[in-house]
Amino acid sequence: MRPTKLRAMAFVATLAAVPLAACSSSSSSGGSAASHPTLTYWASNQGTSLQDDQQVLAPQIAKFTRETGIKVNVQVIPWTTLLTQITAATVSGKGPDVLNIGNTWSPSLQATGAFVQFTPTVMSQVGGSSRFLTGSLSATGQPGKPPTAVPLYSLAYGLYYNKAQFAAAGISSPPGTWAELIADGKKLTRNGHWGLAIEGGSVSENIHLAFELSQQQGGAFFDTAAKPTFNTPQNVAAVKQMIDFMQADKVTNPADAQYSKGTEALTDFATGKTAMVIWQASAGSLAKLGMNPADIGVAPVPLPSPLPPGGKTITSMVAGINLAVFKDTKNMSAALKFVKFMTSTPEQETLNQTYGSLPTVSAAYSDPAFHTPAVTTFRSILSGSAAPMPGVPQESNFETTVGTAIIHLYADAATGKTVTSAMVAQALSLAQQQLGG
Amino acid sequence: MHEPAWFRWARVIGLTLLGLFALLPVYVMLTSALKPLPDVEGVFRWFPSHLTLSPFVDMWSTIPLGRYLVNSIIVSTTASVASVLIALLAAYAVSRYRFRGRQAFSITVLSTQMFPGILFLLPLFVIFVNLGQVTGLNLYGSRTGLIITYMTFTLPFAIWMLAAYLDTIPRDLDDAAKVDGSGPMGAFIRVVIPAAVPGIVAVLIYAFMTSWSEMLFASVLTNDSTRTLAVGLQGYATQNQVYWNQVMAASLTVSVPIVVGFLLLQRFLVAGMTAGSVK
Amino acid sequence: MVDTIRAEQPVAASAPSPPRSRRRRRELLPYLLLLPAICLELLIHIGPMLAGVGISFLQLTQFYLSNWRAAPFAGTANYAVALNLNGATGQALLHSFTVTVFYTILVLAISWTFGLVAAVLTQRSFRGRGLVRTVFLIPFALPVFASVITWNFMLQQQTGAVNRILLALHLTRGPPFWLIGPNSFYSLVIVAVWRTWPFAFLILTAGMQSIPADLYEAAALDGAGIGAQVRHVTLPLLRPVNRVLLLVLFLWTFNDFTTPFTLFGSAPPTQADIISIHIYENSFVSWNFGTGSAMSVLLLLFLLLVTGVYLAIGQRGERHA
Repeated sequence: MRPTKLRAMAFVATLAAVPLAACSSSSSSGGSAASHPTLTYWASNQGTSLQDDQQVLAPQIAKFTRETGIKVNVQVIPWTTLLTQITAATVSGKGPDVLNIGNTWSPSLQATGAFVQFTPTVMSQVGGSSRFLTGSLSATGQPGKPPTAVPLYSLAYGLYYNKAQFAAAGISSPPGTWAELIADGKKLTRNGHWGLAIEGGSVSENIHLAFELSQQQGGAFFDTAAKPTFNTPQNVAAVKQMIDFMQADKVTNPADAQYSKGTEALTDFATGKTAMVIWQASAGSLAKLGMNPADIGVAPVPLPSPLPPGGKTITSMVAGINLAVFKDTKNMSAALKFVKFMTSTPEQETLNQTYGSLPTVSAAYSDPAFHTPAVTTFRSILSGSAAPMPGVPQESNFETTVGTAIIHLYADAATGKTVTSAMVAQALSLAQQQLGG
Repeated sequence: MHEPAWFRWARVIGLTLLGLFALLPVYVMLTSALKPLPDVEGVFRWFPSHLTLSPFVDMWSTIPLGRYLVNSIIVSTTASVASVLIALLAAYAVSRYRFRGRQAFSITVLSTQMFPGILFLLPLFVIFVNLGQVTGLNLYGSRTGLIITYMTFTLPFAIWMLAAYLDTIPRDLDDAAKVDGSGPMGAFIRVVIPAAVPGIVAVLIYAFMTSWSEMLFASVLTNDSTRTLAVGLQGYATQNQVYWNQVMAASLTVSVPIVVGFLLLQRFLVAGMTAGSVK
Repeated sequence: MVDTIRAEQPVAASAPSPPRSRRRRRELLPYLLLLPAICLELLIHIGPMLAGVGISFLQLTQFYLSNWRAAPFAGTANYAVALNLNGATGQALLHSFTVTVFYTILVLAISWTFGLVAAVLTQRSFRGRGLVRTVFLIPFALPVFASVITWNFMLQQQTGAVNRILLALHLTRGPPFWLIGPNSFYSLVIVAVWRTWPFAFLILTAGMQSIPADLYEAAALDGAGIGAQVRHVTLPLLRPVNRVLLLVLFLWTFNDFTTPFTLFGSAPPTQADIISIHIYENSFVSWNFGTGSAMSVLLLLFLLLVTGVYLAIGQRGERHA
């Protein structure tokens, strides 16, 4: 053979070997030694950093391994990639054994059929459903079907207000009605300082608030047959109310329409630029942003007064994290043991205390850590005035289309266009068309 | 070479304006990296009122930045070098030989640049998983899978660019080397490649940076121990806030070796490899 | 030096071989050289792409995600939805497509021009040239996530650096919005140019290295100034490189996801609704992979058409040259 040809083939062969010779690190996904299986657990980021999550979970996992002999490989996944990874795992059948999911994903994920359904039989293996708060349990799947995951951490929205600024303005207590909030906001809006901060460029923040206000108006975004009903007078009123904070009441900075990173409104509140913000429990973040804890006040989100006909006293959607099990797991009993462990009372007390969220099992609330004013406020919101987002498979489609429509309406208001109810109705109608095709 | 005065002025003004355009965001990143977190989203000041170095310290512990950096270096270097080598072979074939299927190959390879990544992300993942189940070769969650993916992503442009570049190198060079007794591969290695160094360097930089900054596939094809920087940097975004100052600090820090690399490599972007070698 | 024929060393050196098999081996060589590239492309690019095209004919929603082989055949239903200009989805897609075309043309034109100007200005050696070239490549070196987010900070209406500078230079009375409203399109163009032109600069600089210096000398002797030299020496000889560069820049900019997504978040303003984000938000986010694939295939067909026309014009130009 001619030397050049040989050299060419050797060249080619070496190249083929290059990627295989490159160091590869192993991934593991539930290798099962029969007696001591190893579970793979995808934890979501709940703490102040991914490392922080690893450090919080490590002692609890060690405790679990001591009690059951089951090892757990914990991977903390950032929120920006969690849903993509879950999708890839669902499609390929190759994923973790146990994982955290955002509770609003539950109806959509349930429709994929890739997760274990917590029928009464399965539920009994993790301690039974009566242990859980009804509020938390309501956001675990489509209504009428068994939960597709169990609630792990619960969160709710509250109205954060700056006590010091309120006192300085002569306001003695947080607003209980929207009229009061607007009046307070106007008193506090002067000289570049604003009354209410809104994350106007964020799909999730907008849609959550729109949902809550719609509930208060007696509206609904889906009917009982799971068909979309976006363009109703109540929904229009709810969205118009949101835009009016900026354009009519002028208690919200038009610049808030740009706030799309999910952090700016809270930062404005923490740095004292605005006096109020509607946000999920954020004591940890506010501390990191340097806010004086003595200035932090929490109250339920206001209600309209009087309540419109059909309106519900809802001040928050049920936010939180659920714990799910992949149907294809090779370690079903081990996985369920882990679920039982994570929802056991001592674990619920420890983890929720660290993360600043609310336990999903009623027994945990006897722990005095959950008797602070802030936690008590959030707990009463969760049990008394919280509703789950619509439990339909098209839930994420709904969030995207309506949330985006609201973002565009905020942009219109900020850049000088007056947003009328007709425009809101038109936007909602277009959003609904995108669901139907 | 004679340079008219107007050209010298144009050069100073043009390069300064372009330089300012390029560097303004870098300056903003630098000041943000030196601020305490609440100030980052505050009003921009040319010199921040509080200067702090803590982001540069904290950034190593908030996420495993060191591990991500090593992963990125390994993946990007291997993928780019391998890609350029394979592309060189293919580009030589496309540039120097008129074989059947040449047009089809070129167009097909180019068409891959027209497809949005999200669309073949899931099928690719399924392929990797199935390959892993059939051959035991662990491609998902490993650096190998990512390396192979990135090699392939950068191939189309690398091949097209190198072929176009090789087209500008006169065939007389090959013929001259062949007359000296080497076969086509010898001519390629000994004569054509040295003449194509600027093109090779440009494509190498492109391939490296593409692998370095790719986010979508890295998010799915890696796990915690093999995660690269592009995905890992998003770990600074936690549930309720983002450590912007640390993001900026980390980004600037990991870019320093890259910029140093550019500084060293740009020396190869020199003329003179072909001038005078064929009369 | 090399054109003296060395008669003492015959070309066919050691082993004599029959001419026919040698010819066949030489014919095989290009295919052999292409083999690694072809294998990788088939496995990683073409295979999954074809699967993606196949998905466009299915009703692949979250219901069938874990059992995608059972997804019902949708025929051309997904395409009908995407192309129905009377429906909200079709109209929005068309609008997004139009925005993307203008965006791509602007970014391409400006980036290439900046790249060419910078390449010409740095062609002749001067003190600090290496540093200048490196400075220009810095935007290319920075992680996208961080650099584009920095632009988001800079473009904020009240707190951003851009408006501080504009107000200080008295170029505007009230601070304009850059991230929402009509200006958002231009913001996106500027940020995209910022990220793209260094790459054009890199490729053009490399391309210009293969132009022999004596050609410039000859042109200068003929009385050509620098502008004329660029027009008559540089550009014609850069044509093969430019052909590739312009085409891939067009394709990459058209398909760009990261820049608009990082700059605007998941819901870009209508004036800057780039098609890759549009497809992502209107299909994949809602688990509607069938529709998303159909939209992507339509995008692919359009780009193939543009590429085909472009290459055909290029071929004709070369034949006349």
